[in-house]
Amino acid sequence: MNDVLLDVEALVAGYRDPVVGPVSFRLHRGEILGLAGPNGSGKSTVLRALIGRARIFSGQVRRGDGPIATAVQAQRPVRLAEMPITGREYLRLMDAARQAPPPQLAGLLDLRLDQLSGGQFQLLHVWACLGSPADLVLLDEPDNNMDPKARATLIDVLHGTRLAGRGVLVVSHEHDLVETVCTRIVEVAA
Amino acid sequence: MSFADLLQPMFLLPFVNGLLLAILLPLVGAHVRLREEWLASLGLAQAAAAGVMVGAFWNAPIAVVALVAAVAAALFKSFFGPRGNESYALMLLLGWTVALLLAANSAHGDDLGHALTEGQLYFTGTRHLQALVAVGLVQFGLLPWLAPRLLLARFFPDHFAANGRPNPHHEIVFDVLVAVTLALAATAFGVMAAFAVVFLPPWIAFRFARGWFRTIALGIGISLAGYLAAFALAFRFDQPIGPVIVGVLLALALSRAFARY
Repeated sequence: MNDVLLDVEALVAGYRDPVVGPVSFRLHRGEILGLAGPNGSGKSTVLRALIGRARIFSGQVRRGDGPIATAVQAQRPVRLAEMPITGREYLRLMDAARQAPPPQLAGLLDLRLDQLSGGQFQLLHVWACLGSPADLVLLDEPDNNMDPKARATLIDVLHGTRLAGRGVLVVSHEHDLVETVCTRIVEVAA
Repeated sequence: MSFADLLQPMFLLPFVNGLLLAILLPLVGAHVRLREEWLASLGLAQAAAAGVMVGAFWNAPIAVVALVAAVAAALFKSFFGPRGNESYALMLLLGWTVALLLAANSAHGDDLGHALTEGQLYFTGTRHLQALVAVGLVQFGLLPWLAPRLLLARFFPDHFAANGRPNPHHEIVFDVLVAVTLALAATAFGVMAAFAVVFLPPWIAFRFARGWFRTIALGIGISLAGYLAAFALAFRFDQPIGPVIVGVLLALALSRAFARY
């Protein structure tokens, strides 16, 4: 397996019934792989199958050798009406506070999470995963809730992300996003 | 009664027991609130109340059966029940039904039912103190390990499953800790006051505080202030402790209207 982080072979996944597949791809260390396709094509179900949250009907998911620390960005991150936790504490949960955050986030880290806009919180959530020491980072529609400015920041962050020894899987229905940030793209048919 | 009477062991010991509960309840309450499972406090307190009645009905040690009932309810919910307030609502209703039916059919049921409604802090003694000190040591000892895991699971719910730990141990440890604390609280403050101390101080603190440990500290501070005021009022005017605690904390909760982060 060497530099392979994920080896997905003819995966058919879903919940009560299959909703996607067969899908095959490999994610290597040092690359950002895009999983693209229209809404409802089952991209997020593939991601959820990778972490054991969706049922695998057939096919195989193999992880690379050794322990692979994984960070998962949820498509809809948990937002409570009242969240007295600061941005810095939030990053610390994922061990992502050691790296310098993107400049757009730096001034927000001492605010409560419920003081952030939807786009700011989404960017913080994505950075918590990318800034963590995880070997494998799974991003599910990372530009959700983002205005054009925040989206541009996200693209900068993904371009600048440390890739040595780690891999990033980006699930998105935004073709221009995956084309801009990914080193390789796999299409998931509707 | 005068405040000089407070120094007598028969009052001092219950006072200290209440003081410990006023520290321990908001500590678990903040995490329960974070998980949006605040109804847990009422459900588990009611399960403990049902345990008291079961103990009375079969002449078994009441405090032990209350603890066992609350822990059993928490474990059942951890292993079989859906996570969230629905399972606690079911626990609450079942506990209420069992408690009242057994109270109606046992010799001391009425007295115990009364105690569980109004609180029986003045009747708590050394065993309660020993249990509270033990639970306190466990809570504060586990906090540095438990709190980051509870927060991580709350805000990154797929993290543990993605890293090969779909059923992390901290969830069960926390559920048991909440159950034991609530059982001790329900048998001292009464069911509704135990719920109030676990729910209201963190509710107020969530509005004001910035930072997780400040939220916990503020919740404990509010709880202690409320308890001291309630104990003084109940002691001075010879009122039941449970309703006075709830009333004082409700008055403090009005401060939420003036919150600025």
